[in-house]
Amino acid sequence: MINFSLQKQLHTAAGEMQLQVSAQIERGKFVSLYGASGTGKTSILRMLAGFMKPDDGFINVNDTVWYHASGKRNIEPQQRRIGFVFQDYALFPNMNVRENILFALGKNESPAIVDELLDVTGLTNLAARKIQTLSGGQQQRVALARAIANKPAILLLDEPLSAIDNEMRVYLQDTLKEIHQRYALTTILVSHNANEIIKLSDLVIHLDQGRFQQQTTPARFFQNGQEAAKIAGNIVSIDENGNAVVLIENRLVSVPVAGQQLSINDKVEITCSNIKADLSKQGK
Amino acid sequence: MIALAPLWLTLKLALSTTLILFIIAVPLANWLSGDKGFFKIIVQAIVSMPLVLPPTVIGFYLLLAFSPANFLGHWLEEWLDVRLVFSFSGLLIASVIYSFPFMVHPVQSGLSSLSPSLKEAAYSLGKTRWQTLLQVLLPNIKPSLLTGIVLTFAHTVGEFGVVLMIGGNIPGKTRTASVAIYDEVEAFNYHNANVYAGILLALSFVILLTLYSFNRKMQQTKFY
Repeated sequence: MINFSLQKQLHTAAGEMQLQVSAQIERGKFVSLYGASGTGKTSILRMLAGFMKPDDGFINVNDTVWYHASGKRNIEPQQRRIGFVFQDYALFPNMNVRENILFALGKNESPAIVDELLDVTGLTNLAARKIQTLSGGQQQRVALARAIANKPAILLLDEPLSAIDNEMRVYLQDTLKEIHQRYALTTILVSHNANEIIKLSDLVIHLDQGRFQQQTTPARFFQNGQEAAKIAGNIVSIDENGNAVVLIENRLVSVPVAGQQLSINDKVEITCSNIKADLSKQGK
Repeated sequence: MIALAPLWLTLKLALSTTLILFIIAVPLANWLSGDKGFFKIIVQAIVSMPLVLPPTVIGFYLLLAFSPANFLGHWLEEWLDVRLVFSFSGLLIASVIYSFPFMVHPVQSGLSSLSPSLKEAAYSLGKTRWQTLLQVLLPNIKPSLLTGIVLTFAHTVGEFGVVLMIGGNIPGKTRTASVAIYDEVEAFNYHNANVYAGILLALSFVILLTLYSFNRKMQQTKFY
């Protein structure tokens, strides 16, 4: 069980912000932190890891006190047993793939786990490769294998999939899911991506303006209580019938304007209610 | 025929200075490359002083400090039986102080150029500060380490003012090659001065050439 309450004055791009959050996370759960940029998601991970000192609060992990402001206790990151996957992967360029993972092991740990992790993350054939020769997706898998090698009490993932193309992202999501199931690691993922959160997490925590606004299951959170779909797009032109032509991803859709003052380049949201939908499988 | 002793002495001084500075400067540079506090800024300024001060100023103050007539020199002589003025040990200490920025600056800038997440990643894997420095940070700034080593060595070879102030000009003991050149010129012995100067010139060129070709080779591998 992870139990924390954190307060911290943050200096963000948008100005000063008071971060004030608390949560309880059951052992073995996969939790996603969801929210816009600059709301303090990464700061929460960094405080849990011990890289950033909170102004006030406490962090208890499996009955061990990691941080307690009034008790003046703040244990070093080295003693916290965390696995951290950084946005920039933070792999060691002087070591190859295997050495990066091996480096995570303590003195008395058996190196057998390294082969298992190479296998789980599909890196066996790349074990002797230099980090600089790997693609982003491959580097991310090394970072993941390294972070879980010494069986951390919490696995902290800071937008690990944000810089990766879609196909690799889906593959990595599967890997993450498998790792979570196999090692039952309590995991906290920072993500903007609804798809990812729905696929992976048991619980989603919505962070806005430095506060936890909502804690619920991903299905409930993204369903939003409405039987409607909202799609965001940009107006590229207004056609002769007065309909707005909206670019959604890489498709153009013509939508009636209904008397609104809209112009080209406006950002719009299209709400589709009472969808009469037909599904056709397009592959995996 | 010129005396070889000044050249050997120069070599001995430069190698010892480089070795001692490497051991002291790397942890200091690591400490300086972290978050900046006011105390660190003061240390940084002190480390950089030899860059702006005339060598004679540093030599003068060290001469005063090491002199048996003053507290430090007196204490050293009384308790440790060491006299630093006009001795090789004094010369070595003065060289270490005088070359400090040439080792600290390249190593510090190398460490600052690494992504901070490398250090944090090593900490999250349970590694101590020393393990992180030796196994993660230093191996990834080899070109900076080499630059520090070579600049310190070359700078010590070229030292003159500090050496003369602290060591004087005692043959076989404190007369380095740069002092010997001055000495030979004073005695109108231009041939000998020319040989010493030529050797220093060639040595400096070869050292810098090696440094730049090695660094170019290293830069072809991508680093963080």
